Amino acid sequence: MHNPERVFDDRTPGVEEHEPTASYLSYSVGLGLAIIATIASFIVAQTNLLWAPGIPVGLIVLALAQIGVHLVFFLHLGSGPDSTNNILALAFGVLIVFLVIAGSVWIIANLNSNLMPIPQ
Amino acid sequence: MTIATALDRTLTAVPTELAHGRGGGGPAPKRIVVAYGFWIFILSDMVMFSALFAAYAVLSGNNAGGPTAPELFNLRNVFISTMCLLLSSYTCGIGVLSAEREQPTLFLVFAILTFALGAAFLFIEATEFAGMVAKGAGPWRSAFLSSFFTLVGTHGVHVASGLVALVYLMAQVRTHGLRPAVLRRLLCWSLFWHALDIVWVGVFTLVYLMGGH
Repeated sequence: MHNPERVFDDRTPGVEEHEPTASYLSYSVGLGLAIIATIASFIVAQTNLLWAPGIPVGLIVLALAQIGVHLVFFLHLGSGPDSTNNILALAFGVLIVFLVIAGSVWIIANLNSNLMPIPQ
Repeated sequence: MTIATALDRTLTAVPTELAHGRGGGGPAPKRIVVAYGFWIFILSDMVMFSALFAAYAVLSGNNAGGPTAPELFNLRNVFISTMCLLLSSYTCGIGVLSAEREQPTLFLVFAILTFALGAAFLFIEATEFAGMVAKGAGPWRSAFLSSFFTLVGTHGVHVASGLVALVYLMAQVRTHGLRPAVLRRLLCWSLFWHALDIVWVGVFTLVYLMGGH
């Protein structure tokens, strides 16, 4: 199972190393999955395929799935030991992005609901 | 389990004497370090975009009696431009792969395809912006439109600067060939381009699909 010849290197995001034959395939599979996710998002948004109040959740799920496809198949971020540093940096970035977006939406929604109604 | 056996098991799982850049085998090679630094830059760019996304999410309902999202957005055009950007991300990946395999001609073919698809994306976006301004729905009309133009416009500026950098890189490949320094720049550029596509997934989902129906 363990191959002693293999050097565990840090891996750059964006490059599939040690697996030269898988790369064209990887990009093509990624493109196919991303196209499916994109078409699904546009269909879900414009039809009644999903229960109407669930559409935003469905769109967010599809967007996260597509971002995952991009990260794995285009940027080649894997779960192997040689992606650890890239994944750690990404995890920190995702944390900050989540805090900024979710925090702003939460705080402003609170502020709006506590404002006095504007006299018409 | 003692520390010694725990350490021993880790060593069996990943031979650290072979793991460059993680305490064994000397420092990581230059291209790994360069790409990692660029990856950190991209993540900081994502943090900047998150502020613009937050502003849009907060302000998208404040249209000050002006035009609303469903009246302004043409989802058919958005779909076409999304496909352009996605395909350009694919051709960019294949192009850099050809460069890594020392096929400069193939690289140039895919780089030109990438440029054409990116330019098509920008053209559709510029037409959309011009149409909105002509209808009186410019960024000055409402908080919704200010945040819309800032978010989508910043992404567009990124795409435009990516296209300029691509032309510069194609010229470098033509004049210098695929030497290691040029390959490193190409690698960083491809990271930038893929990251722009990831940001666009957020834009078309949050701005166009969640607001435009």
